[in-house]
Amino acid sequence: MSRTVSPLYAGRKRFNAIAMALCYAATGFGLMWLALILISLLMNGLPGLTPAIFLESTPPPNVQGGGLANAIVGSLMLTIIGVGIGAPIGILAGTYMAEYGRHSRVTSIIRFINDILLSAPSIIIGLFIYTIVVVPMGRFSGIAGALALAVIVIPVVVRTTEDMLLLVPNPLREAASALGMPRSLVIRQVAYRAARAGIITGVLLAVARVSGETAPLLFTVLSNQFFSLDITQPLANLPVTINNFINNPDPNWKKLAWTGALIITFAVLSLNIGARALSKSRNSK
Amino acid sequence: MSFATAMHHASSGESVPERITIRDLKFYYGDTLALKGIHLPLYDRKVTAFIGPSGCGKSTLLRVLNRMYDLYPGQRAEGEVLLDGENILEAGIDLNLLRSRVGMVFQKPTPFPMTIYDNIAFGVRLYEKLSKAEMDVRVEESLTKAALWKEVKDKLNASGLSLSGGQQQRLCIARTVAIKPEVILFDEPCSALDPISTAKIEELIDDLKNDYTIAIVTHNMQQAARVSEHTAFMYLGELIEFNATDRIFTTPKDQRTQDYITGRFG
Repeated sequence: MSRTVSPLYAGRKRFNAIAMALCYAATGFGLMWLALILISLLMNGLPGLTPAIFLESTPPPNVQGGGLANAIVGSLMLTIIGVGIGAPIGILAGTYMAEYGRHSRVTSIIRFINDILLSAPSIIIGLFIYTIVVVPMGRFSGIAGALALAVIVIPVVVRTTEDMLLLVPNPLREAASALGMPRSLVIRQVAYRAARAGIITGVLLAVARVSGETAPLLFTVLSNQFFSLDITQPLANLPVTINNFINNPDPNWKKLAWTGALIITFAVLSLNIGARALSKSRNSK
Repeated sequence: MSFATAMHHASSGESVPERITIRDLKFYYGDTLALKGIHLPLYDRKVTAFIGPSGCGKSTLLRVLNRMYDLYPGQRAEGEVLLDGENILEAGIDLNLLRSRVGMVFQKPTPFPMTIYDNIAFGVRLYEKLSKAEMDVRVEESLTKAALWKEVKDKLNASGLSLSGGQQQRLCIARTVAIKPEVILFDEPCSALDPISTAKIEELIDDLKNDYTIAIVTHNMQQAARVSEHTAFMYLGELIEFNATDRIFTTPKDQRTQDYITGRFG
């Protein structure tokens, strides 16, 4: 090491230190809000987190106790049906775009429209479903809400499915074709296998995205004070219940709203972490 | 010239039948002419090497032989490629069937994301309905032919991706052999491998030619000299010279061939 530390090098090191400090500061600033949200949720919501939350339905006004069982079950139903409708459509569309229509103009048009849909305000999607489902049916219903969620799920899944399939190296497809494998089998048996973790991650992210959506549900499922499994009727669900209860002067409702917010946030957080872990396990393979 | 050379060669004392006959083959990437009228025989159960500098069209030529180019729009071939007398460039050809007869091994190993066993059984299941016992036999047979059986026989259920690069490439060869093709195309099969793995693959190719007609694209002239009976030297989309490998490497007729094999360009 005969080279001495030149002023140029020293300056560069200094600049690096400053840039790193700014990066850490920016990261810390972002994480601070997340931490504050989680802390306030824990402080306000944890005291109400009792078994009754999962066993009892939402109470009428000015009645003590009660829980969120109807809202939790309703939210699960809406999410499962919504993703059950949206994810297959999204995966099929993404598959078309990445495999069959890779070089076609239709694909770039679909991709463009899909990107618009991806960033469409969810309240617009709620209004859309209100117009085409709720109005003709004459009432709010669980199925309308599930459809609204499906419309939100589709673009997310389309995007991730296409991206993940595009990451599958072409030589792998060629190798499968070189064995005399028809296109459909190449996709199902080889491309899907190689992209599986990524596609599942996309679906999980879509689940996380819709499970907290409130706006599209306001116009479609409304809410229900009682426990119900009937998807043709209004259904209780966590986001709308939180929205209704948090603005109410009744302290019992306020407490339930906080606990509901806590449940939903941690459910979404663990889904996101799970999706992360899954895509990591794929990358390390 | 190429045509005369090939025809002369084919008619002069070679008693070996041609498995594939290429006649006036032109290939286009969009509007770009990449192969400018190739005439070439591939002899039955012999190894034919395609050599030439990058971009000369040797991989393109190989990819015509199983119509791999059909996966991509804008690529097309004109002329005739006769496999057992049948022109495979015709529109009505069943590509999957063709590719089951003309197997291909790629530059980079491409094991499928499944177990070693399934990597081989997968292709077989497409065309044959075998019992579990018959499939076991086929898998062992194929892995043995690819000189991989001893190394993997105790971990057939491990992922194909867990093998080393050289083993992966032999797995790909086993997979190709398993579906019993007539012709095997090798597209620079050793360029991603270390010398020991390369030597193994070369030995393997030497064994395989007892059963299969083989075409191999290679950048490595020693490799061409070691494994092939015939060599085709290509340059800028043309077949410059085709002859028995020892003749090409000892007494090339064309100045460009001589320049290339002596390392003066390319």
